[in-house]
Amino acid sequence: MGTDQIIIGLAYVLASAAPVLFAAIGETITERAGVINLSLNGTILLTAMGGFAIALRTDSLFLGFLGGMALGSLIALIVAFSSITLRQSQVAVGFVLALTCRDLAYFLGNPYMGLSGPRLPSFRIPLLKDIPYLGQLLFQHDLLTYFSFILIFVAWFWIFKTRPGLTLQGIGERPEAAFARGANVNRLRYIYVIIGGALVGLAGPAFSLSIKAGWQGTISGLDGIGWIALAITIFGGWNPLRAAFGAYLFALLQWLGLVLQPSLPGIPSQVLQVAPFPLMILALLFVNIGNTEWVERTLALLPDSTRRFIARILRSLRASPPAALGVPFKQE
Amino acid sequence: MLKAKQNRSLKLDINSRWIKVASPIVAVLLALLFTSLVLIFTGTNPLDAYRQILNGAFGSTGRVSDVTVAWVPLLLATTGLLITFTAGLWNIGIEGQITLGAIFTTGMMRLLQDSSLSPAMIITLSMLAGMVGGALWAGLAGALKTFGGVNEIFGGLGLNFVAMSLTLWLIFGPWKRPGIGSMSGTQPFPQTLWLPTLDTLRVSPWAVILGILAIIVIYLLLRGTYFGLKLKAVGKNIRGAYLLGVPTWQYMMMAFFVCGALAGLAGAVQVTGVYHRLIPSISSGYGYMGLMVAMLVNFNPIWAGFVAFFFASLNIGSIQLPIVLKLDSALAGVLQGALVLAVLMVNGARQRLLRKS
Repeated sequence: MGTDQIIIGLAYVLASAAPVLFAAIGETITERAGVINLSLNGTILLTAMGGFAIALRTDSLFLGFLGGMALGSLIALIVAFSSITLRQSQVAVGFVLALTCRDLAYFLGNPYMGLSGPRLPSFRIPLLKDIPYLGQLLFQHDLLTYFSFILIFVAWFWIFKTRPGLTLQGIGERPEAAFARGANVNRLRYIYVIIGGALVGLAGPAFSLSIKAGWQGTISGLDGIGWIALAITIFGGWNPLRAAFGAYLFALLQWLGLVLQPSLPGIPSQVLQVAPFPLMILALLFVNIGNTEWVERTLALLPDSTRRFIARILRSLRASPPAALGVPFKQE
Repeated sequence: MLKAKQNRSLKLDINSRWIKVASPIVAVLLALLFTSLVLIFTGTNPLDAYRQILNGAFGSTGRVSDVTVAWVPLLLATTGLLITFTAGLWNIGIEGQITLGAIFTTGMMRLLQDSSLSPAMIITLSMLAGMVGGALWAGLAGALKTFGGVNEIFGGLGLNFVAMSLTLWLIFGPWKRPGIGSMSGTQPFPQTLWLPTLDTLRVSPWAVILGILAIIVIYLLLRGTYFGLKLKAVGKNIRGAYLLGVPTWQYMMMAFFVCGALAGLAGAVQVTGVYHRLIPSISSGYGYMGLMVAMLVNFNPIWAGFVAFFFASLNIGSIQLPIVLKLDSALAGVLQGALVLAVLMVNGARQRLLRKS
């Protein structure tokens, strides 16, 4: 494989990671506020179908993307209302929504199956696109992919470097303290859950209007992406930069699966397509195992130098969720 | 003054009782309203669609028997999930556990089908192998949770996809049909190795007996044993249970094993009683459906029997939709999901109302 092919492949990896990246960063923002939106898998399917249908009917890509984001916010609003106002289990509501929205997508999308529709054109950035290698890698994408690059840093900056971002961390870590300092915890949670939902809702049309243009029903190959995005959120330790790394890693693995397929004839393609899932479990294991009690106890038995070495590796991998994640806040 | 207070509490009591009776009805109406709106949106008369579903589920003896065929694995999965829910665990990995049950059953049958054992013996051993397979797969999710700190939702989901790829690999690889492997599954077993059915119907009385047995066993386990009591303690307050001397991680693992064994049995029934071979989507989504049923029945296995039957009839009934009305059969899932969601929300609204008054 020549350098050119590798660059084209890596550029494809960057572009194809965009939808998962939107979903994972949206979920990162949601969970930073202390709410789990487990509906991702259904939301992505429904917004993929809905965004495609709207763009096809109105002949406007913009309305397609906007419609997807609105749908995503609406689903997130149901999660927020049930969990914050009605104090129902976030996991239960999110899981049911994940299934219901998926079936709703298949039901409503039936007449749109296999139709060809509009597709986001690529937008090559003048001058920058001509930089050798780098231009082909970074500056010959569509607008959505550029937005995904920018979003990573905007989300990171907002969460960690701004005052409102500090409050966002506060309502997810110690809502009582944030409330005492004057933050309207539940209203902020509503706002961030809806913003997060809008980003997740962008992931659907990012597939159906760009990466995998069109709607193919159950064979769209999108079922399961939402769960991957949720896992990437955890793998990313609720940090947009690390989540982006996870999303690119996932896209790279999928691409390698495609590229390696011809040289591994003994393995059916269906097996390579699910290869990221066992890797996802392993990744979660590495991220979480440092939090368990028995590891700490075992480490205490090891000689000092070995212990410190292993502990350092575990600590660098470790990620702990926001302390108040999934816990309703009684704001009276 | 005291009297007035008593009066008020009495009135509130009556109110809350009324609300308690009315809320499931409100939830059902809300779910029907939502589904009807979806149908109207696609230009269908909702009554036509509901009539087709009813007709598809109960229109003939054969169709009722088909509903029962779907009822058994769904019920087995649901009863298993009642155990994990009691322990406070979200066993989303149940789909994979059903699949592994089917794989182990198929494997054992392939091993024994040419032996001199009687067919009844082969079927029994294979179904037991299925239970072991499901329990092992659940144990894996449990071990990831208790020793690896991996949330059972993500561990389980990942394992679901792994189980699916394992099935595909077997169907296209080592267990492929003579000639070429295909999505239609492995070579069907000879009819002597099928779970016996009632003459021409598809339902097997043995499967139905297994389902009813599962209800009884889980009912007794949850209501009448120390195991059930301690499991409840672990589910309600894990720290408290630990301080009271309940070995918490062992109980969580036990819950996974019991649920996995029942899920594995569901997979075994799918192989021996329904498809008579291994197919790619052998779990048929009964695991996820079981999670929804289990959420509705408030830990009551007897209710699980009825609600699972209702859900199964929606699934079988909706098969008519694409045939007669050119609609996608996913409508069944929309109605089921809307129902669970409505119940959750009405519950929340009711509690909020009671808190306020």
